[in-house]
Amino acid sequence: MRRPFPTALIAATVVLLALATAVQMQRDRIYAEGAHVDEDVLYVQSPTLMRKAALSFSSVMADVYWIRALQHYGYYRLHQEAPQRYRLLYPLLDLTTALDPYFNVAYRFGAIFLSEPDPGGAGRPDLGVALLEKGVASTPDRWQYYHDIGFIYYWHLNNPTKAAEWFKRGGDLPGSPWWLRTYAAVMLTKGGDREASRAMWSNLLQTADNDWVRKSARLRLMQLDALNQIDELARVRDEFKRRRGRLPESWEELNKAGLLRGVPVDPTGAPYTINFATGKITVAGDSKLYPLPTEPAPGQAAPQ
Amino acid sequence: MRVIGHIAVNVFRESVRDKVLYNLVIFAVLLIAVSLLLGQLTAGQDIKIIKDLGLAAISLFGLFIAVFIGIGLVSKEVERRSIYSLLSKPIRRQEFIAGKYLGLVLTLLVNVTVMTAAYYAVLGSMAWVAGGWFLPAWEAPAMDPALLKAIAMIFLQLMMVTALALLCSTFTSPILATALTFGLYIVGQFNADLKHFETIVASRPVALLARILYYVLPNLSRLDVKTQVVHALPVPAGYMLWSAAYALAYVAALLALATAIFMRRDFK
Repeated sequence: MRRPFPTALIAATVVLLALATAVQMQRDRIYAEGAHVDEDVLYVQSPTLMRKAALSFSSVMADVYWIRALQHYGYYRLHQEAPQRYRLLYPLLDLTTALDPYFNVAYRFGAIFLSEPDPGGAGRPDLGVALLEKGVASTPDRWQYYHDIGFIYYWHLNNPTKAAEWFKRGGDLPGSPWWLRTYAAVMLTKGGDREASRAMWSNLLQTADNDWVRKSARLRLMQLDALNQIDELARVRDEFKRRRGRLPESWEELNKAGLLRGVPVDPTGAPYTINFATGKITVAGDSKLYPLPTEPAPGQAAPQ
Repeated sequence: MRVIGHIAVNVFRESVRDKVLYNLVIFAVLLIAVSLLLGQLTAGQDIKIIKDLGLAAISLFGLFIAVFIGIGLVSKEVERRSIYSLLSKPIRRQEFIAGKYLGLVLTLLVNVTVMTAAYYAVLGSMAWVAGGWFLPAWEAPAMDPALLKAIAMIFLQLMMVTALALLCSTFTSPILATALTFGLYIVGQFNADLKHFETIVASRPVALLARILYYVLPNLSRLDVKTQVVHALPVPAGYMLWSAAYALAYVAALLALATAIFMRRDFK
């Protein structure tokens, strides 16, 4: 014969559990814990050891490290005052890609996170290239890695010669898009040219299969628009200086001189700033476009 | 054959009575919960991660069933002394071992089949929410039939582990047998390292011993194609067939050894 269901005991369990929850909430209210989410510790640093220890679960462990890398990146993206920013980003991505050597997004996104200048990334394009080169070693026929390495050399390292070399290698792969070879030619003839950059980012915007990359490409195109607008504003400033023999002391002065209307704003709507001592015009520190990419001066040789 | 069938069905019934199939509920809840949480955490990699997690869970749950139930197949009968009444009936010892083995394999087959169905259901629902069966950002369709290749290989691994557990349980205590089986499972993930031992040691006899161990110990790592399948990399049918042939031959060898040891035991 079956015993009757102990309803009273079940009810008591629920009540006691509710009591424990209430006590815990009260304790947490009185003795609040710090809100530091990002644990700045990497217990296992060796990719080889981790790969062995994961047994046949290396893919799922790679996913765990990928999520940790994203959390690490997200934490420092939000906490711009934190010291030693993005310190673990490369080791985490290195572990992720060692555990799953075909983790395409970890290479491509990871390289962007590493290459972007602070505050948007670790400001380490060299590590971005190193991560992608690891991707090339594991999947040599994936043209996207060659494309991304070329892009980092061009955009972050101002090295059109190396960029052309990687674009050409990618363009020579079977199945790669036709425009990759044209990039190589453009790099060699017009390295550092702003319109060449615009063509590349536009292409990326149209061909990207991911919202994050599309968003990044839109931002870059707005930065290029801002660079064009800054050139326009510099011409206005120079005209003022030609007429008055000195730099303007405010945007208002340029308005009064009839050279400008209102306070100029960048494509995100944030006002441009002008250093009235040196005349340098740039985007504001709180603009989404800050910092603008550095461009080699006309005739300046790109660093090799 | 009928005797083997009876024993196998009994093992399956017993595992159902022991609530072994409850793990299917845990599996389904785990997958559904993770699929709901992942969207915010993975930068568009939720399908890939659910594929990885589902395959890992099928493998891990199956491993625990294979080891813990496999160990009890013989030792439980001995502990409960039911082995005496069983062997007094017209059951040959080799039939006993084969029936027990096939019963657990049947349990695993049911488990893996139901988990696979739940796995595809979760992937299908995620694809439906995402708005397409094969979005450009994915390397493979959400409900990629190629995932079945990885699941088939996991099942072969589980068949080998079950045979190992059964073998160990014929000659030692349950605790030692569990430790031994898990040990052999871990060795099976590493034994590819033994194959090229001659490149790191100068001694020829040691290299030869390593090569012999490579062939004698279970080679489970070559049956793991989860990563390739998730990334839509090719897994040739020939490779699958050779791997299946290897697993079946190895299982047959282990069962033969288990039977030989079991036949020598005195239950009078």
